[in-house]
Amino acid sequence: MKVVRHVLGRLAFYVASAVFAAVFALPLVWLVFAPFGAKARLSVALPDPFTLSNFGKVFANTFAVRALFQNSIIQAVGTMLLVTLLATLAAYALSRAPIRGRDALSYGLVLFSSIVTGTAAMVPIFLLIFNMGLIDTHMGVILVFTGGLLPAAIFIMRDFVDSIPRSYEESALVAGASPWGMFRDIALPIVRPGMMVVGVWTFVNVWGGFLVPFILLRSPTKMPAAVAIYSFYTEGGTPIITLTTAYALLYTLPVLALYLFVNWKYGFRFFGGIKS
Amino acid sequence: MHERRTILPLRTGLLFLGPAALFIGAFILLPFFWIAGVSFTNRSLTGATAANPQFVGLQNYLKLFDLSTFMNPGQFGSSLVITGQFVFWSAIVGQAVLGLLLAWFFYRRTGWVKESVQTLAIVAWIIPDVVVAFAWNAFLDYDGGTLNWLFGLVGLHKVDWLLAMPLLSIVLFNAWRGSAFSMLLFSSALGSIPPSYLETADVAGAGPWQRLKDIILPLIRTHIVTDLILITLWTFNTFGPFLLTGGGPAFRTEVVSVLTYRMAFKYFDFGTGSALGMVMMLINLGFALVYLGLLRRQGGSR
Repeated sequence: MKVVRHVLGRLAFYVASAVFAAVFALPLVWLVFAPFGAKARLSVALPDPFTLSNFGKVFANTFAVRALFQNSIIQAVGTMLLVTLLATLAAYALSRAPIRGRDALSYGLVLFSSIVTGTAAMVPIFLLIFNMGLIDTHMGVILVFTGGLLPAAIFIMRDFVDSIPRSYEESALVAGASPWGMFRDIALPIVRPGMMVVGVWTFVNVWGGFLVPFILLRSPTKMPAAVAIYSFYTEGGTPIITLTTAYALLYTLPVLALYLFVNWKYGFRFFGGIKS
Repeated sequence: MHERRTILPLRTGLLFLGPAALFIGAFILLPFFWIAGVSFTNRSLTGATAANPQFVGLQNYLKLFDLSTFMNPGQFGSSLVITGQFVFWSAIVGQAVLGLLLAWFFYRRTGWVKESVQTLAIVAWIIPDVVVAFAWNAFLDYDGGTLNWLFGLVGLHKVDWLLAMPLLSIVLFNAWRGSAFSMLLFSSALGSIPPSYLETADVAGAGPWQRLKDIILPLIRTHIVTDLILITLWTFNTFGPFLLTGGGPAFRTEVVSVLTYRMAFKYFDFGTGSALGMVMMLINLGFALVYLGLLRRQGGSR
């Protein structure tokens, strides 16, 4: 009797797991198969005949290649460097300098950034970039993303710096290091894992961001992949599904690779910091 | 314990803080005040009112809240109702319940089954918006879509999802997309429950449902509140539905963020767009204040 119950329990577990897996996988199955098929279809089918020619056509499209391998990378890497650098400096100051009201400041920042969101503030953000003369530039996109992502990045980074014991830095100061020298030689190497996490998080956010480049950029030569993906249309105006999906797959790969990297290196889960 | 010595002098600290403060001032604080200003003008992108916008007082707001058209399709009231339904069903019911279910189902389990299912949920959460929108467009397609194919397998009639049930489509889309956050947050919350609590319950002969209701849920109440407020705020502000439906058909999926986009960047009516953005920010502020209030109350009682 007990054995039967155990077996039934295991069976129920596997069936329920399969249902969960299907719920999350089914909408994506088409996207995995469609790029390798010669014929465009919206139904799920094993690619027959199997072909890589769609990827060849994507790579032959200079506009699409530039969007993915140049524009998206400039915008995502540029923002990543800026956010990581500024967030590390700010978080370090908030953690180690005697700034009055620094806790309130950290929380206030995150609070304010969740009120002034990209969708609510799209008009003033557009006007700001317009008045700075940065419409249709990579710089405009990078600046707006940096401003929007910084508060959360500082918050994550501060959590990280706070968790590091101060003894190394104290010894360096006792040994006569200047604040800047101590930061560069002692603190920076210790907080590097935190910088990696913030950097990856920023990159993925900008890489997938649609609205900001969509309203700030005008010329096709500057569009990132998120916007350029809408360009595989026939002259009649219908989307060329085989090319779009091949492109979508290429565009998604860096995000998946970064996820696997972070998961392997640090484990992808939430720690105490985010709770309550 | 000896007194903590200052590691970074105040002046260097402020220097470190400066660049970030500049960015946040320019791209978060300034827009907040700017939008209030623009919302009282008739500023547009091109034409005479672009260079010399005129002060129009509360006109933009009065237009939004004009009760004779408030609930018409494509108007603010109708959009608010759609947004409310979208947030309630996709975030509070969809994401939070599915996330809790996933976290609870795999609680105290390890192995490849758990890893695979949770990874699939996380993949749905991290891949770019436009890719998800493409995949769902095909998934919900009337003729060849995977969902209708499944319906056919079990003998149900095909549904023209995006045309006949557009709101349900974006609800399913957003619930699927964002459950991973709730799942991760609840998994971390469950992980912090001392195992002895549940062992006691096991000894007392509590079933799984009783364990969830009487032990787990009360213990992770703070996390549930945190989760609900955050996903509500995010879902209220998301632009995602635009990528799946463009707000249509006939404005039936036009959530407030998409309405703001249409006013500001399709009609180039920055005044109305700003007034809408202002109302969105006030609603965001409301959510944030409720959140802070709850946090403070819990902090006090602890």
